Amino acid sequence: MLLSQEDLQAIWLTLKLASLVTVLLLIIATPIAWWLSQTHSPLKPFISAIVALPLVLPPTVLGFYLLLVMGPEGFIGQITNSLGLGLLPFTFAGLVFASLFYSLPFVVQPIQNAMLAMGKRPLEVAATLRASPIDQFFNVVLPLCKPGFISAAILGFAHTVGEFGVILMIGGNIPGETRVASVQIYDHVESLNYANAHALSLVLLVFSFIVLSAVYSLNRNIKPSIAGL
Amino acid sequence: MRSDKNSQKKQLAIKLKYTASQFKNQAVEAAFVLQLDITIPSQGISAIFGPSGCGKTTLLRCIAGLEKAQGTIQFNHHIWQDDKTFLASHHRPLAYVFQEASLFDHLNVRGNLRFAQKRADKNGPPQDVQHLIRLLALEDLLDRQTQQLSGGERQRVAIARALLIQPQLLLMDEPLASLDSGRKQEILPFLIKLKNELAIPIIYVSHDVDEVARLADFIVVMQQGQIIATGPLKQVLNDLSLPIQLGDDSGSVIDAIITERDESWQLCKVSFDGGQLWLKQQQNTGIGEKVRIRILARDISLTLEKNTHSSISNILPAKISQISLQEDEPMALIKLYIGTTPILARLTRRSVHQLQLNIGDNVWAQIKSAALIR
Repeated sequence: MLLSQEDLQAIWLTLKLASLVTVLLLIIATPIAWWLSQTHSPLKPFISAIVALPLVLPPTVLGFYLLLVMGPEGFIGQITNSLGLGLLPFTFAGLVFASLFYSLPFVVQPIQNAMLAMGKRPLEVAATLRASPIDQFFNVVLPLCKPGFISAAILGFAHTVGEFGVILMIGGNIPGETRVASVQIYDHVESLNYANAHALSLVLLVFSFIVLSAVYSLNRNIKPSIAGL
Repeated sequence: MRSDKNSQKKQLAIKLKYTASQFKNQAVEAAFVLQLDITIPSQGISAIFGPSGCGKTTLLRCIAGLEKAQGTIQFNHHIWQDDKTFLASHHRPLAYVFQEASLFDHLNVRGNLRFAQKRADKNGPPQDVQHLIRLLALEDLLDRQTQQLSGGERQRVAIARALLIQPQLLLMDEPLASLDSGRKQEILPFLIKLKNELAIPIIYVSHDVDEVARLADFIVVMQQGQIIATGPLKQVLNDLSLPIQLGDDSGSVIDAIITERDESWQLCKVSFDGGQLWLKQQQNTGIGEKVRIRILARDISLTLEKNTHSSISNILPAKISQISLQEDEPMALIKLYIGTTPILARLTRRSVHQLQLNIGDNVWAQIKSAALIR
């Protein structure tokens, strides 16, 4: 087995990060996606742009700003400091926080697209069948948009696993705390340890392939728009 | 005294102003305005009739609370909307059947029906679900996925689902418009059965005169966001002063009773106030049954003397009560009374001139065809 103890630790950390971020993002992204899919507010283009920024920004830019706001002089840094939590850069919590931004569009957009594809009609039908807005959300919106939520979860998870630039900027390279698989591969290559780099890269390659195959076969029988892709 | 007061309040009173603006190239274009003040009886079927785009659906959506307009809506003695109140759709005791059957695709037929049952009015009278399922012939569809249903089947499920919510008012937005004529004929008898069995008022939006003539008791005629006529169906259909441009569809509706059946010729005789007609027999109709008959104005011709050598068997004496002529229109509409029953005849303006027809004249009405519509 070419995977070292440290490689396994990096994989475990990566999975822990990605799982936590996915769960948090599903909770955060759902109301954002709902608002974006329903609103006619003039703010909509700006909120959409903010959500989509991580798609186009170099991760180093995102990482740089996050480093600033989470630092001792930054807005977030002052809050965490005053709460006695210390500073977030170079901690696992900091990685989670940064990843929420980094993977946000990958979770918001499939859910938003599924909600748009669903349209207003099912909600109107539910309203005339005496379903309150909360009842409508849980018993109509969630089940009808389920494929979109599944796509969102898988894409959010996979994208967080593939994160590198942001982590390098704000997380550094602390084993067991911030050294995720992608950083570990970078380390292996830097130290010309190509065999280990190969092994870990292959693991990520196979993982990514399996994840994407799963998304596409799950959505094979569903209209692409409903799946949010 | 008190019951008198209550019976007066059994109605749906609507006073609305709704403005929809379309934005095109940043300029407001073609603002659609719906403005009306009507009272609809809250019993039987009331049809909202008019051409596409006249605001029928918008009116229905306002009643349901799906669209917000300025004004007041009062159902019996409950205020659904006024200056201070706007009752959300899910708090209004109504049900809505949409034009295209909007079943929930994540649930099967049974699931769709249960969705309504779970949320039904708990204070309503106990409901015979099995009876409703039989009435709409859904027995074999219960375990089907919604995607496996035909258009007509979907609409029947949607109607059953709407009724299971125990509404006090049923709104139907062109429930047959998305179906072909075969499927329409499949659903219409169900609607007539429902009308006869249910105690709840139905508001039925349609642009199809035939459907309205079959189903409605009361009619509201709309044009470009305005109401141009409202009243009992028979009265409105026979009113020449109304600018209803029905053209080929102009006609009258008569309530009659089947009094005789002639099995050898497969005909039946119906009697109405003022006369009798021989019609094609229909299955499931027996002597003594109340029926509704529709006679199109273009199927009536007039003669001054009784023509005994005609293939037309329904020739009845009538009296002209009104003539509507327009200089730029080749066709004229004439209102006749056969006994106390009014009917319309559509002739060319030239025929009216050649026969020298005048109000008060006695003529013979040759009725080429009449349809038993329920």
